[in-house]
Amino acid sequence: MTPKAELPAHAVSVRDLQVAYGEGDDMRPVLDGVNFHVQRGDVTCMVGGSGCGKSTLLKSIIGLVTPRSGTIDLLGHDVLSMEPEEREPLLRRVGVMFQYGALLNSLTVGENVALPIQMHTNLETSLITELVRTRLHLVGLDDTENLMPTELSGGMRKRAALARAMSLEPEILFCDEPGAGLDPITAAGIDQLLMSLNRNLGTTVVVVTHELLSIERLDGGLLMLDGGRVAYSGTAREAREAGGAGLREFFHPG
Amino acid sequence: MSINTPSHHSSAVFRLQGELTVLTVSSISARLRQQVLESGARELAIDPSGLTRLDTAGAVWLRQVTESGIDGARLRLDSPLPTAISAFYEGVSFPVASAAVPAERPRASFLERFGDRAYIDVNAFLSFLHLVSDLTWAGIGELWRRRGVRPGTFTEQATRVGADGVSIVAVILFLIGGVSTLQAAAQLRQFGANVLVADLLAIGITRELGPLMTAIMVAGRSGSAFAAEIATMKFTEEIDALRTMAIDPLRLIAVPKLWAMLLTVPLLTVMADFMGLLGGTVTGVVSLDIAPVTFVNRVTNALLLKDIVTGLIKSISFAWAITMVSVYRGLQFRGGAAGVGDATTASVVSSIFAIIVLDLAWGLLFYL
Repeated sequence: MTPKAELPAHAVSVRDLQVAYGEGDDMRPVLDGVNFHVQRGDVTCMVGGSGCGKSTLLKSIIGLVTPRSGTIDLLGHDVLSMEPEEREPLLRRVGVMFQYGALLNSLTVGENVALPIQMHTNLETSLITELVRTRLHLVGLDDTENLMPTELSGGMRKRAALARAMSLEPEILFCDEPGAGLDPITAAGIDQLLMSLNRNLGTTVVVVTHELLSIERLDGGLLMLDGGRVAYSGTAREAREAGGAGLREFFHPG
Repeated sequence: MSINTPSHHSSAVFRLQGELTVLTVSSISARLRQQVLESGARELAIDPSGLTRLDTAGAVWLRQVTESGIDGARLRLDSPLPTAISAFYEGVSFPVASAAVPAERPRASFLERFGDRAYIDVNAFLSFLHLVSDLTWAGIGELWRRRGVRPGTFTEQATRVGADGVSIVAVILFLIGGVSTLQAAAQLRQFGANVLVADLLAIGITRELGPLMTAIMVAGRSGSAFAAEIATMKFTEEIDALRTMAIDPLRLIAVPKLWAMLLTVPLLTVMADFMGLLGGTVTGVVSLDIAPVTFVNRVTNALLLKDIVTGLIKSISFAWAITMVSVYRGLQFRGGAAGVGDATTASVVSSIFAIIVLDLAWGLLFYL
């Protein structure tokens, strides 16, 4: 990806974000005034205990959850004030890797990776096929394009999902718990892939995780959520050394 | 476990021996209660020195009876727990009673509950209307645009709905044709009008039973499959993934299904009409002693183009309704695996309801 001129410095900028589930008496606040930003070209980990609102924050940014108030600036666009059809061109610049891959089970691996390309470009079939093979090669899944997602292992499925998320070469890539449920070697492999995408293509990477090893490997920005609020925002390295009560518990459990 | 009760009633000693675990605690509790009742003692001492094993259930019970007593009698430990058991007892982390007891929510009145239900149902109906308009327009728009639908999916869906359903629809309609003939003959025979069975069969099958039974079969076979497929896709976040790829799930998933239904259900209905008439003719000829030529002639004379066309119009509307309802039910999915089952069931029930209502509406329009 070639760098573009006059791009805003922040890939993501979130202000006073409030999200709640339910209505009336049953309303349960999940995010309560979240503020943070992610610099373009950075790798950032969103961390926090279960139920702290990490996944909700991610879903709010990519438009799957509607916040009650606040602003979300994604690649220079105010996401919440956009009409659904206005979001389409923006979403083409964004890649999302879901926790369990979310590959379409009725399509082959190759068709899954080709889907966004087919839907959003006019490329010839032969070129799409070659592009798909290149993407699968990038994630170490050569010769799997004709397999069904159910024929893949958990780690392979995640790598295929990464290939699909990268198919349109997005400017920003969001990953929801990429290492969850994987053995340490496979999880490390996924982290290395994310690092190489960031290094070689300049992709901004935002990873939701609670894997300590993953945070250390990615060694970038760190956003820690606690009780629906930002408990820490800075770099993982500083957090490990400085650390308030919550951070200490996170980096030195037990 | 054994319980020793001294003869005097003011106090007693209960000697716990053996295991106090989840398997023995209820029988111990019951026997203790019985002893308290029989002895009439107001204060009891528990001697736990004979205990050989304690688990969490036993520890919770022991704490409960020593703190709160049992049936109005106070209980206390008259000797420490054996060392091995004491270590376990001390290690059990008992929950601390919360000082702030959450206020019990007042039970909603009938009017409140009625209002809540009405609010939910009206919203559900409005979102159904949204889906109906979105999907219908997407179905029309994609005929020209062809960007949101993957090549090949229409053929795949048409094969599933149409070709794969041919045999079961054919068999069912053949049998229904036969049954209709027998039922009609049973009545008409009384008036010596056996031969009119053919007329009744032709009208009944083409106007009503052909389109209706085909639609019900399709709702059960394909409508339920649509709802289950879409609900599962929601469960596995496939629908969310499509949205984040700026791909409209309605266009990619539902439009080919709508096209397939609108094309194949009328074709299935034509085949069903033919099979119903065939089944009725075979039954009439075999069991009613009507000459084959006479029966076929009466059937063909009674057949009106209008009846076949109205049957086809009905079948197109049924196909449209089944698709809308099953896609809506699939997208309404909430929860886990049970939610997929609920979506499937709701899709079949609602589709059949919609088919019957539409059938009545068409009946009023065409034949009143």
